[in-house]
Amino acid sequence: MSETQAADAAALDTFPKLLANNARRRPERPAAREKDLGIWQTWTWSQVAEEVRALACGLAALGLKRGDKIAIVGDNRPRLYWTMTAAQVLGAVPVPLYQDSVAEEMAFVVDHAEVRFAMVEDQEQVDKLLAIKADNPRIEQIVYDDDRGLRHYDQDFLHSFEDIQAKGRAYDRANAGFYEAEVARGKGEDIAIILYTSGTTGQPKGVVLSFANLVQTARNTIEFDGLTEDEDVLAYLPMAWVGDHLFSYGQSYVAGFCVSCPESSDTVLSDLRELGPTYFFAVPRIFESVLTTVMIRMEDAGWIKRRMFHYFMAVAKRCGIRILDGRPVSIGDRLLYGLGRLLIYGPLLNTLGFSRIRVAYTAGEAIGPDIFDFYRSLGVNLKQLYGSTEASVSITAQPDGEVLPDTVGRPSPGVEIKITEAGEVMFRSPGVFQEYYRNPEETANIKTEDGWVHTGDAGFIGDNGHLKIIDRAKDVGKLNDGTLFAPKYIENKLKFFPEIKEAVAFGHGRDFCAVFLNIDLEAVGNWAERHHIAYASYQELAGHPQVQQIIKGQVEKVNRDLAGDPNLAGSQIRRFLILHKELDPDDGELTRTRKVRRGFVSEKYQTLIEALYSGAERAHVETEMTFKDGRKGSITADLEIVAAETFPGAEPLRRAS
Amino acid sequence: MTQRARQIGDALLKVEGVHLSFGGVKALSDVSFEIREHEILAIIGPNGAGKSSMLNVINGFYHPQEGTITYKGETRKRMKPHAAAKTGIARTFQNIALFRGMSTLDNIMTGRLLKMRRNFLWQALYWGPAKNEEMAHRASVERIIDFLEIQSIRRTPVGRLPYGLQKRVELGRALAAEPDLLLLDEPMAGMNVEEKEDMCRFVLDVNDEFGTTIALIEHDMSVVMDISDRVVVLDYGRKIADGTPDQVRADRVVIDAYLGVSHDQSETAEQA
Repeated sequence: MSETQAADAAALDTFPKLLANNARRRPERPAAREKDLGIWQTWTWSQVAEEVRALACGLAALGLKRGDKIAIVGDNRPRLYWTMTAAQVLGAVPVPLYQDSVAEEMAFVVDHAEVRFAMVEDQEQVDKLLAIKADNPRIEQIVYDDDRGLRHYDQDFLHSFEDIQAKGRAYDRANAGFYEAEVARGKGEDIAIILYTSGTTGQPKGVVLSFANLVQTARNTIEFDGLTEDEDVLAYLPMAWVGDHLFSYGQSYVAGFCVSCPESSDTVLSDLRELGPTYFFAVPRIFESVLTTVMIRMEDAGWIKRRMFHYFMAVAKRCGIRILDGRPVSIGDRLLYGLGRLLIYGPLLNTLGFSRIRVAYTAGEAIGPDIFDFYRSLGVNLKQLYGSTEASVSITAQPDGEVLPDTVGRPSPGVEIKITEAGEVMFRSPGVFQEYYRNPEETANIKTEDGWVHTGDAGFIGDNGHLKIIDRAKDVGKLNDGTLFAPKYIENKLKFFPEIKEAVAFGHGRDFCAVFLNIDLEAVGNWAERHHIAYASYQELAGHPQVQQIIKGQVEKVNRDLAGDPNLAGSQIRRFLILHKELDPDDGELTRTRKVRRGFVSEKYQTLIEALYSGAERAHVETEMTFKDGRKGSITADLEIVAAETFPGAEPLRRAS
Repeated sequence: MTQRARQIGDALLKVEGVHLSFGGVKALSDVSFEIREHEILAIIGPNGAGKSSMLNVINGFYHPQEGTITYKGETRKRMKPHAAAKTGIARTFQNIALFRGMSTLDNIMTGRLLKMRRNFLWQALYWGPAKNEEMAHRASVERIIDFLEIQSIRRTPVGRLPYGLQKRVELGRALAAEPDLLLLDEPMAGMNVEEKEDMCRFVLDVNDEFGTTIALIEHDMSVVMDISDRVVVLDYGRKIADGTPDQVRADRVVIDAYLGVSHDQSETAEQA
């Protein structure tokens, strides 16, 4: 059995070969679905193989050759996924682009990747490509999926998907054996795809991944989570993102499961409900907004429903996660949880479209522990993973039954991890990318000769073998006594409390860690209203003694948390103050995407920082601020500096594992 | 607007010498114009000029005291709105007239009502031919939903939608009747610039894709000048101009009616 599997693995080293294999082994099983005119349309594996065959032959007839690049632009559509395979059949390289980028942004990638062909979704994307083509004559042919609005476009390099397939069928008849020969020419080490990273700093970089990278990563991750051909996946994240490429393409071709495309980007939540995926990925923000919707709607529900909801949510909080992890739970709780599933959890999950989920992942940024626990206590097997485009996604993932909210899990199968002297995480795996396309310097910066890759993230491996990511490596500093200081890690922990809107931590080159805080006017205001506390302004509410007590409690909770971690126990927050104004992009304190501009803030509030470290109990400050209408004014305040309790650092925890 | 699938043809509807008054109030006096096949005709004019009355006359809601209306070669004096609907005239309203508690899908389905062959009892049974028929209607409604890009609000009660989307749903319901002549009463009123652009796109697309003849009332002059083939201008119930957007824009009488004109100026103008 395992011998045939090994032989299979050797023979099935490209996606076109895997497709042929699926069409042979599971011809009648669904491979792709798309909601069209309100009805889910399904294609079986044998139908997909036919579609890809016609398309590949058509693109060959159009002139697409081995080594050419074909840009793919649009929402998740089966036809665009098929274009990837069709290009790969011919040895051409698909380059998916972010569909919402404007023409100028696309122009860079199209030019850098030397794109000759483009497959686009609709008129909107055709218009962008036409604009790019005006300056970049290297683009030769453009094919579109949806012809709406394109009837009057008469350029001879514009083709409809149907026309290309029709051409392909004729080409196929005229050139018997061509398709099979092309499929057979592909090898595992060939370039499968170039994925451009969105590039928060500088120009986007084209990450080159081989078939071997993707196929091996897909095999490993499928085994890790026990995925089968019965999974149902909703493909709704951008096709240009490596995660979608692995989950909705790589794993689907290897495991043979069906990938469904939503009707439109606005209908994802209702499509999710109709489809009920078994395997699901979302960024924390999505899980958060779903939870918020549930909570708001429960507040509007009748009192019986509301009481039931809160009662059973308390039960779930008590024992739901233990049940999910297979740990012992008292009979009484088990019965109550069963009743809760019948009355609350089941119907709720069904409404959300989560009732069939076996494995759900989140990644990208830190997820709030409350949000994470909410889903897990309902029985949704939500886990975190840590990955990057350069790794063909997976570096670490949380195994079933070993889900700790503040780690990103163990190294994925086949992945080696090491931490450098400076605390940076490095990895080596079968998924390690080939190179940055046409950028050897960057490649050399990131990837060592022996295949290790720098992640740029600082982290450490706990005694339980789980990796904990704490910050970007360049932001991590050291206290004067040499303790690791990870500002973002501390700030994130503070910001998980709804009452704290913003936090800025200081400590690099200092004796201890101290923070500035902004309260969340909505959450704290709501609390003040319920407790009949009158206030006239943000400043007044922020300075209220009771508010300071609440915040102090939360800072101490964070300290207690930090104390439990031998690496970070030394960076507990000794002193903090609540700022007299909200940090604001208009005053230059935040970026437009609401990230704190650490350098600017520490310069502007130099006196406050000095006060934090001087032992003073109050600090006087005068700040210029910009009002909403653009007028400038200044506010003065006397801020109280609060000392928070710290806790003795725990002995390194030894887990029996 | 440069190219279109169907060339503008002969008159689809002809209004001749229409007088309409309510008691002593003259809403329309001696108005004549024609709407040609496959064109987009805008009816403009200051407030109270009789624009909505004109649409109401065309779809048989008001009965003019004098004058005739010739539609598809058939001249008539009195018509009931449902008869107009049966002969292929559909419309939207200045104040949205949707069923607020019903979903987008159901609202658009009501636009298919006149196309239903089976009677109420059959439909209630939802069996056999009635079921097949309903499925066919549903399919055509889905094409409209796709066309207007409102998939995400298919199941949303219309009352919960923002104004711009309600207008779009109302257009969808009018389209569901597969009209030959579509009357739009201020389709872009109260919309922001983006919503207006969307609506313009849809009006042009309807005209282009389905060849539907469209007569619309609109206040936004830039919209009117952009999308219409011809413009009819009403003022105090009389037609004061009729022609292409460029002709109408240059028309002295129209400028006066819109900008107002003081007496001395008009006198000096006459003297000159």
